[in-house]
Amino acid sequence: MTRAKATLYGWLLLLPAFVLLMAFTHWPAIATLYASLHSTPRRNRPSVFVGLENFEAMADDPIFWQVMWNNLLYAIGTIPVSVALALLMALWVNDKLRGQGWLRLAYFTPTVLPMIAVANIWLFFYTPDYGLIDQIARAFGAGATNWLGNPDTVLYCMMVMTVWKEAGFFMIFYLAALQQIPPNLAEAASIEGCGRWTFFRRVTLPLLMPTTLFVLVNAVIGAFRLVDHVVALTGGGPNNASHLLLSYIYDVAFRYWDVAYGATLTVVLLAILGGLALFQFAVLEKRIHYR
Amino acid sequence: MIAARGLPRSLEAVGAWTLAVVWVAPLVYCVWAAFHPPEFASRFELLAPLTLDNFRKAWDSAPFAQYFANTFALVTLVLAGQLVLVTLAAYAFARYEFAGREVAFALVLVQLMIMPDVLLVENYLTMASLGLVDTVFAMALPYMASAFGIFLLRQTFKTMPKELDDAARVEGAGALTILWRVYVPLARPTYVAFALVSVSYHWNNFLWPLIVTNSVETRPLTVGLRVFSAIEQGVDWSTITAATLLSCGPLLVAFLLFQRQFIQSFLRAGIR
Repeated sequence: MTRAKATLYGWLLLLPAFVLLMAFTHWPAIATLYASLHSTPRRNRPSVFVGLENFEAMADDPIFWQVMWNNLLYAIGTIPVSVALALLMALWVNDKLRGQGWLRLAYFTPTVLPMIAVANIWLFFYTPDYGLIDQIARAFGAGATNWLGNPDTVLYCMMVMTVWKEAGFFMIFYLAALQQIPPNLAEAASIEGCGRWTFFRRVTLPLLMPTTLFVLVNAVIGAFRLVDHVVALTGGGPNNASHLLLSYIYDVAFRYWDVAYGATLTVVLLAILGGLALFQFAVLEKRIHYR
Repeated sequence: MIAARGLPRSLEAVGAWTLAVVWVAPLVYCVWAAFHPPEFASRFELLAPLTLDNFRKAWDSAPFAQYFANTFALVTLVLAGQLVLVTLAAYAFARYEFAGREVAFALVLVQLMIMPDVLLVENYLTMASLGLVDTVFAMALPYMASAFGIFLLRQTFKTMPKELDDAARVEGAGALTILWRVYVPLARPTYVAFALVSVSYHWNNFLWPLIVTNSVETRPLTVGLRVFSAIEQGVDWSTITAATLLSCGPLLVAFLLFQRQFIQSFLRAGIR
């Protein structure tokens, strides 16, 4: 086949997917950038170019900074715990413990639930007085606590839910990686008299490094992308204490219809995701060769 | 001696099972509350009477039949679109040496990082200008060209021996015939894996459907379920848990029945 013909066929095959990809990923990303440099069109005032005014307004917006701080805390609070748990789960499931099929099932099941269902289930635990946590607390003589209504606790409640849902998902990636490790490594190590802990630290963990990086990148994306529980359960409240960046964008754009400011905030989100992409490309691609 | 080197095995087993019990506890509770009368929602007695009343109440308090139909339509539409588009694109990337292939592939991979979920505002405006707001089609369209699917399938296609192509071509088969007769059947495990991941993702998707729908006629289950999760609502646990189980029921049952297949699929999709 000539190259010209291959190019024609190749692009023809690619065309339908590429058009949609352009329409719903690339074009909106560029349009967001454009919108962030313009004012929100209102009924009697069309949109005009405003330069960096939206970004200046953002820098002066205390809610923006709080939301960024929340999201950072949320990421720090959920990612290390869920990744560590995922690794532990994967090791246990991969280890020939009795009933490992049941263990795997138990760890993985929360992953197939929608976040909104997870939120509903955990709502019961957090409800003041009625909820399970308060009932247990009462048995120990403590009073009712409005876990989701208190700015000091609400974000932590969200974190617990997220860890519960995500750990089993990340476990799968570790499990996939563990199954790739040749079993004769462990045999060789045990002949050499190397303990299990040493083997884990010196052999397994380094071999899992690429997976850990991959999981970490995905976990960070998840921390910025998955806000269903915030939107459904607290709407970001009380007092924006549980707002994350994307849920704030949702509020700004679809409750206050401030399209320009929504776009400005989205640019920040895109910058974070783009930075992650570059990081993954620079670090990950060099270390693992899976193609 | 073994114990001296680290945690003894039996202790590890205890840890593993403790974590497993903690992990299923919320779900077990949910099932408990859904199948017992409200007065037992937070009272755990072994002989509490079982009932289906909560499901009946939940079913009557929201148009669940319609929501089910909508979710079903959404998931089917997304998957059908994805399978066609992803197959064609993956075949192009795997088997054609065309000008601009590397750039095109890089542009596809961008979507792995920046998913349509994130570009809510502009995608909504696009749907509005197309007049598609509040349709099942609008919920599905942004996800049809799945970068994840293209990537996954391209990997699979690349492992297939080129001799198969040549043999088929000698027989006079065209490119699409070869794709359909040779590549697609051989990639079946990858298709199953992708389909399971895709269906569970879109069955559970919430934010984009929430934004782009505004009527009962199009709303999927997840958005419908939202009514039950407002904190201020008069709390009727039994109904909430029943509604929750109802809406993730089919997926959950499918998962429990085919869990080996499910997990294998996620594993397969996880090794990239």
